[in-house]
This record gives sequence, structure tokens and C-alpha cells, in this order.
Amino acid sequence: MMVKKFRDTLTGLWSLLVGLKVTAVNFVRPEVTVHYPRQTVPSLEGYRGHIELVPSQDDPFKSKCIVCMTCVRMCPTSCISVAGSKPKKKTAGKDQAADADSGDTPKAQKAKPELESFVVDFTYCSLCGLCVQNCPTGALRFSTDVYLAGFSRQDFVFDLLGRLQSQAEHKEQ
Amino acid sequence: MIDAIPAPFIVVSVGLAAVMAFIGANALVLVYLERKIAGFIQRRPGPYEVGPQGILQPVADGLKLVGKQLFTPKGADGVLYWLAPMISIAPTLVCFLVIPFGPRLQIINSNVGLILILAFTGVNVLALCIAGWSSQNKYALLGAARDISQSVAYEIPLLLSVLPIVFITGSLNLFDIASSQGPWPWQWYGAYQPVAFVIFFICALAETNRNPFDLPEAESELTAGFHTEYSGMGFGMFFLAEYAYMVVASCLTAILFLGGFQGPVASGWWWFLAKVYLLLLLIIWIRWTYPRVRFDQLLNICWKWLIPLAVLNLLGTLLVIAL
Repeated sequence: MMVKKFRDTLTGLWSLLVGLKVTAVNFVRPEVTVHYPRQTVPSLEGYRGHIELVPSQDDPFKSKCIVCMTCVRMCPTSCISVAGSKPKKKTAGKDQAADADSGDTPKAQKAKPELESFVVDFTYCSLCGLCVQNCPTGALRFSTDVYLAGFSRQDFVFDLLGRLQSQAEHKEQ
Repeated sequence: MIDAIPAPFIVVSVGLAAVMAFIGANALVLVYLERKIAGFIQRRPGPYEVGPQGILQPVADGLKLVGKQLFTPKGADGVLYWLAPMISIAPTLVCFLVIPFGPRLQIINSNVGLILILAFTGVNVLALCIAGWSSQNKYALLGAARDISQSVAYEIPLLLSVLPIVFITGSLNLFDIASSQGPWPWQWYGAYQPVAFVIFFICALAETNRNPFDLPEAESELTAGFHTEYSGMGFGMFFLAEYAYMVVASCLTAILFLGGFQGPVASGWWWFLAKVYLLLLLIIWIRWTYPRVRFDQLLNICWKWLIPLAVLNLLGTLLVIAL
């Protein structure tokens, strides 16, 4: 009993020296942080920033979005607002559906609606990811942008379509 | 005119001014060292923005503290509340007066220098007690209660580990104790009395409320302990006092166990300062290495280990001296 207690004490004292060695070794190792305003880290893989639009495969200036409004309905805080130009004939076709199956209607439905604006108010976003999960075409993803500081509330209302286009322009240059 | 003023008065006045400057300069250097070492151990740069490599950071911190409003919390005892930081810092000035920095660098050569330092550092407990009591804050009161039981416990092994040195030298004069040791490390009392050395150093950590014994101001449990309610220079003076007590403890360790100003090749105040700063670096290194002990552990270390060991060590020393 006594022997065990003394042995425990000795191992404990030894562990104190080991601890000092650990901090001493880390003291001389290089820093792992960056001096923020002067240095920045590149976008981090797996970082959940605000959502962004995925460019479509054939045209990097265009989004995969089909203006189905699923994300707008899904969003628990209603921070997404989407506007798209739906072809006139589609709405007209719906109105006239009772009348008769006119030959124009199927042709009009084939024409995809064009995304005109995709705005997300990041101040309300809780990063729940429901919009990303439920997008039928996979047009949404989390951006990996770490630096999200701003000076006003307006800085956090992101025009995602404009962002997509400026990124595509940047990439072309 | 100058004849009318007694010479000791001039010596003490000039000495006190020098000591205040020394305490202030030390606090600046130590704050910077503390934060830089903490940064490097945690592999970040530490203070970096104010001045080159952040060297002016302590000055900026000090100016901020000086510029803050002096604020007394509602329900606090105003007189005691503002008296406490002053009682905390004042005894340190006296402690430095009797410390022999070099063979010719000592303000007062007192025959009871050791007792004087031990007595005056004990006053700090009173200051912390008053601060905790008068703040009208339960965290402050708990911090003060912890500090008192900690100080009462650790004074005993501290004194018991100083006694062997006193018996060997037969003197309480710090200058005599320092000069009775030789210049080489194996001639220092630390080599004769390793157990007393270790016990004294641990107790010095506990008495100055440094990690891993900083329970009176344990920030994760008691916000800031006894100085929870203090801001501005009220806090600043406690802070200054804590660093000053660290320096006093290191000076005393250097004198008692590491030969004081004696050193190989050329003895002098530079050896003393080098030893003191090595000890201070060790204290800072310990702070950023070990977690805080629990309160029962703190008292167990003292009553179950340090006091019996110190008593045994003292008895052994007495036996050797008697033979």
C-alpha cells in the first residue's frame, strides 16, 4: 500500500518533467497561425460558409437552377429570394388548359425558366443546409469562403447570381 | 540644508524611488515575456501589433488601465475597497529594500532581512482578504477565503525550508547568506539542500498565487477571484503586486539557494539578475504547462507531503550540524 503510493508519487513527479518537455518542444516549433490582416488562408475544404450557386456544366456564367422555388419554400428563415423569368406561354397555357389542349402548351413547357436573381440574406441564415439538401438539380452548395467580415447589414445580402458571374469572369481572365 | 536631513532618510527615499522604477520596469518586461511565451508554447505569435514584435503591448495595456474610470461597486465598502490594492503593493517596496542585488548594491543591510521579507510578504494575504470582503461579491469572497487557507497552509513548509539555511549560516542577514556561498553551483545551498530548495520553490509558487496554485483567482471557477470587481488601476495595482511578489520570491530563491550575486568568473549584480530571470522564466513556463490543481489536492500536497518532508529535512540538517 505504502509502496504503491510512493511509486504513484514518483511517476506523478516524472510526469511533471514530461509536461515541461512537451511545452518546451512546442515553444521552439514554428507557429501554426497566420497574421490575419496581412496573411489569409485559402478557401478551406469542408468549410460551411454561406450558400452559393453551382455553375452549369456547359456555361460557367449560368446556374443549374431551374427556378423551382423548393429552396425558397424549404428555408426556415425565409432568407432566400429567387426570381426567374418564366416563359409567358407556360402561364398562358395553364389558364387555357380548361379550354383545350392547344398545340403551343407542351412546347412552352419545354422552355426552361431563366434565373434572373438569387439573393440570400445571410443575416437570417442559420446554415441548416435544407436548401442544399433539397435542391433537385444540385444547384446549391456551401461556399468555402472563410472571410465574412463586413461593415453593414447590407454587406451580408448576397447576390449569388452576380457572384457566380463575377467568379466565372475572374476564372476566364 | 542637506545636513539637516538625516542620511538614512535620503538613502531610503532614493532607494524607494529606485525600487518603484525597478518594479514598474520588471512588470512591463514580465508581462511581455509572459504573453510571448504563452503564445509560442501555444504555437501562435503572441502580442504582435503594437510596436515591432508587439514590444509596446505592455505599455499600451498599462495606459489603458491608467485611463480607466475608478469605479466602486454598489454595496461595497468604499474605504476598504480602495485600501486593499494599496496594502497589496506597499509591502513589496519594503521587501526590495533589503535584497542584496550585488556586493555593493543593497539599499539597507538589515540583520533581520530574511524575517523582514517573510513578514511583509505575509501582509498580502490581508490585502486579498480585505479586497474579497469589501467587494460585496460572492466570487471575490470565495477567492479571498481560498487565498487565506492556501497562504496559511503554505507559510509553514516555506518557513521550514528556509530554517535549514538559517541554521547552516547562523544568520538572518541576506547579504551574509549570499556571500557565505561560493561562486560555483556545487557551492550553493541548493546543492546542499535540494529538498529544501524544491519545497521552497513550490511554496513560493503557492504564496504568489501562480499556476498551478492560482486558486484565489481561478478564472474558470471564480470569474477573477478576489479582484473580480476591480477595474482600472485597482486591478492594475493587484497585477503589479503579483508580479512584484513573483520577483521577490525569485530573488529570495536566488539568494537562499543559488548563491545570490555569486557566480563563476565574475560575481556581481548581473549574475543575480540572470538567476532571478531564469527563475521567473521557469515560473512562467510552469504556468503554461500545468493545469490548476483542485483545492483538496492543493491542501493535500501541503499537509501530506511538503510539511512532513520539510520537517524531516530540517531534523536531518540539525543532526548533521550537531555532529
